[in-house]
Amino acid sequence: MSIVGLSAVDLLETMRSGDISAVDVTTAHLDVIAKREPEVHAFLHIDSDGALAQAEVVDRKRKAGGTLGSLAGIPVAIKDVICTVGQPTTCGSKMLENYRSPFDAYVIERLRAADAVLIGKTNLDEFAMGSSTENSAYQPTCNPWDLSKTPGGSSGGSAAAVAAEMVPLSLGTDTGGSIRQPAGFCGIVGMKPTYGRVSRYGLVAFASSLDQIGPMAHDTRDAALLLEAIAGHDRRDTTSIPQPVPSYSANLEEPLKDLKIGVPFQHFGEGLDSEVSDAVNASLDAYQQLGATVVEISLPYLSYSVAAYYLIAPSEASSNLARYDGVHYGHRAKDFDDLIDMYAASRGEGFGSEVKRRIMLGTYALSAGYYDAYYLKALKVRRLIRNDFDKAFEEVDIIASPVSPTPAFNLGEFANDPLAMYLADIFTLSGNLAGIPGMSIPAGFSSKGLPIGLQLQGPPLSEDKLLRGARMYERESDWKQKRPLLS
Amino acid sequence: MTEHITRDEVLKVAHLARLKLMPEEVDQFTAQLSNVLEYVSRLDELDTENVEPMAHAVELSNVFREDEISPSIPIAAALLNSPKTDGRYFLVPQIFDAE
Repeated sequence: MSIVGLSAVDLLETMRSGDISAVDVTTAHLDVIAKREPEVHAFLHIDSDGALAQAEVVDRKRKAGGTLGSLAGIPVAIKDVICTVGQPTTCGSKMLENYRSPFDAYVIERLRAADAVLIGKTNLDEFAMGSSTENSAYQPTCNPWDLSKTPGGSSGGSAAAVAAEMVPLSLGTDTGGSIRQPAGFCGIVGMKPTYGRVSRYGLVAFASSLDQIGPMAHDTRDAALLLEAIAGHDRRDTTSIPQPVPSYSANLEEPLKDLKIGVPFQHFGEGLDSEVSDAVNASLDAYQQLGATVVEISLPYLSYSVAAYYLIAPSEASSNLARYDGVHYGHRAKDFDDLIDMYAASRGEGFGSEVKRRIMLGTYALSAGYYDAYYLKALKVRRLIRNDFDKAFEEVDIIASPVSPTPAFNLGEFANDPLAMYLADIFTLSGNLAGIPGMSIPAGFSSKGLPIGLQLQGPPLSEDKLLRGARMYERESDWKQKRPLLS
Repeated sequence: MTEHITRDEVLKVAHLARLKLMPEEVDQFTAQLSNVLEYVSRLDELDTENVEPMAHAVELSNVFREDEISPSIPIAAALLNSPKTDGRYFLVPQIFDAE
């Protein structure tokens, strides 16, 4: 019986029926990893022994008739910016090369409680800063659909691992599009929940007011299943929302009645690849066939989101990353003159270019004389962007757009032009600034066979509606059946 | 808003950020940060005089909890990742002169 490539929902069903064991499932996925990892480089750490031991526990529990969690025996890959006991947590940085977290992140506690199998840690742009996974201090990850292309980033390892069928589920994090963009580039489903829906306890901080953990999967059913396992209030993250988590899976098959979709067509102009725009328009046609109404909406401040984001996120990063001082954990330089020089040398050696660039930008924007002109100004524009969305959601249920202006770009394409790469985040950044949920779902392929994603965004805490809306289209399309051809 | 950043300013910011940069990094960042700062200056087009800054997407205020004693990470575990420790403390280079 074929295990690899099945969704988590199907795997759970097959394990429940007794046809296969959790050890079978983990073994099959470890085999795929062993075969494809030399080409894809999705992982920074693979915990084969630990994964098999966890799977054995699940099988034993099942045999003994014990109660099993909602993800019992399902291999899940974790973006290596989430603290996990028993495995490294490097953040893709030399700074944390030898770091072992003494505690589990909230989402890891939840996955363990759900009897998931934590199979390994995935590659990312260093400290989640980047859109291509090339800023990893260890290796670039390749897109399983075309190994010369980027899988996107910063959750590129988590996206590639699912797309290459190495795992059915993975966790990513999204500060400016880092779940949605790689999901789009790799042809899978990825969701950034509402800010505060998932606890950030144990997520290594990049930009605390924007960071959010979310699910990556082959389809919306699996994404719903993973989200309901990790969402919820946690007192250790004071920004987590104290509202009960609905069962996202329960109503998933129920279509949204009188669905009204808003589209910001004014931003579809310059730089938008025609095949991406065709795929988005075709998906909108499909929604209309399903009875939805599609209207044009105006988000006048959206074009300022890149500028506001690249002041706010680096400012928060410069403050958050001040903790890497070579004292409590992380890299310490060997040669230095005094204490201050030890800090500076350790940080200079431990951080890569993009991280340094953002720390510099943020330090500048927060420094005396520039704070009002840069940081404060950006926070005010952030309010205007949020107001845009609030106003739009008075008229429509869901906003649809491309995820990215183009399909996956070449590895190395933007190596010397960081600003050009920032500009490609135009459709995703605003969702983080506004704190609203958004997801990427497969919406077709380019003529070169690269996946194209459709972004759906909703008002705060509308995950339930978004998933149902996404499922309506997914049921009608067969994009998720397509898988990359790998060895 | 100034749109460009000089090499000296880059060095000053690097000091504030406690980042020791290579000379070629200083050159590279001077050019790249100038680019980015020029781009973000488009925010000046917007009148934000009466706009309240938005620091957080979920505007919860005053999240309190009971001041209760709860378990914390044992000392040995907290020191496990330390670059230099004597088993009780984090060790740093000498801060004051010997005399």
